[in-house]
Amino acid sequence: MKVLKYLLVGFVFGIVLTKSEAVSWYRIYEMFQFQSFHMYGIIMVAIGTGIIGIQIIKRNNIKDIKGLPIEIADKEPGSIRYWVGGILFGLGWALVGACPGPIYILLGAGFWSILIVLFGALFGTYLYGVFKDKLPH
Amino acid sequence: MDIVFQTWPWYVSGFLIGLIMLCLIYFGKSFGMSSNLRSMCTIMGAGKRTAFFDFDWKEQRWNLVVVAGAMLGGFVAVNFMSDPSNVDINPKTIEQLAHFGIDAPNGKLVPDALFGNAVFQSLKGILILLVGGLLIGFGTRYAGGCTSGHAISGLSNLQVPSLKAVIGFFIGGLIMAYFIFPLIF
Repeated sequence: MKVLKYLLVGFVFGIVLTKSEAVSWYRIYEMFQFQSFHMYGIIMVAIGTGIIGIQIIKRNNIKDIKGLPIEIADKEPGSIRYWVGGILFGLGWALVGACPGPIYILLGAGFWSILIVLFGALFGTYLYGVFKDKLPH
Repeated sequence: MDIVFQTWPWYVSGFLIGLIMLCLIYFGKSFGMSSNLRSMCTIMGAGKRTAFFDFDWKEQRWNLVVVAGAMLGGFVAVNFMSDPSNVDINPKTIEQLAHFGIDAPNGKLVPDALFGNAVFQSLKGILILLVGGLLIGFGTRYAGGCTSGHAISGLSNLQVPSLKAVIGFFIGGLIMAYFIFPLIF
């Protein structure tokens, strides 16, 4: 059951992202051309749901599944890493139309060419790890 | 049973994605897909030479299980829940793509021009996917998160760093869509 609940959450995530077509290269292209509200709607409703849910959790001191207090870590302060890293990710996102979640989902669905994207993403992650201490954050 | 085969509307999908994030918070975890790339590097032995990868990836095993579930979900949704009416994008977008020589969706999630198996025989095709992946992997780790970690989780928790990252995502995306993409195709 411990592992199963994560498998189930992932399964639902894979279905929702495919059925909403957020994994579709076409939807990402259409979004960046401002030719559809679809993707913006998905992102905004997800954030709206998240904001309300997190406020409910915080205000009612809701405990997690193990009965421990829920603490959501703040993101580290900084600027350069968020701007530069964000822009680099955005360039890749708009080119191959997939962020990390959809990369796995499309691979599971049998789009084998995504393996090239996954290989690139792993190599990119590795390069960051190697040069981390030399980069401004 | 239309709901199984139709494109799910944005308000249903967005709500469910929000619930998935809240579900992981309730499990005492957090929603972030790009961290798995780091775990995979560690599993492949990157921790021996680089401190960034020298961590106990088993603590992140739950997240790799989420990935396995997502792959399974993708498999089921594409093979058993698809319909030719899917990916009904703006006709203007289709027209624009035709100028770049990119095929219309007709129910497909991704264009053959970029993802068809013929891409394995084209250096340009391989380079596009490889460089795209490289930017995604490097960018997400540098920024400390991707769409799930910053746009959904971070903004839901009203984090200013996440707002910077998400604005960055769109600056990069728009530069690609308007300036670089037309040069490549």
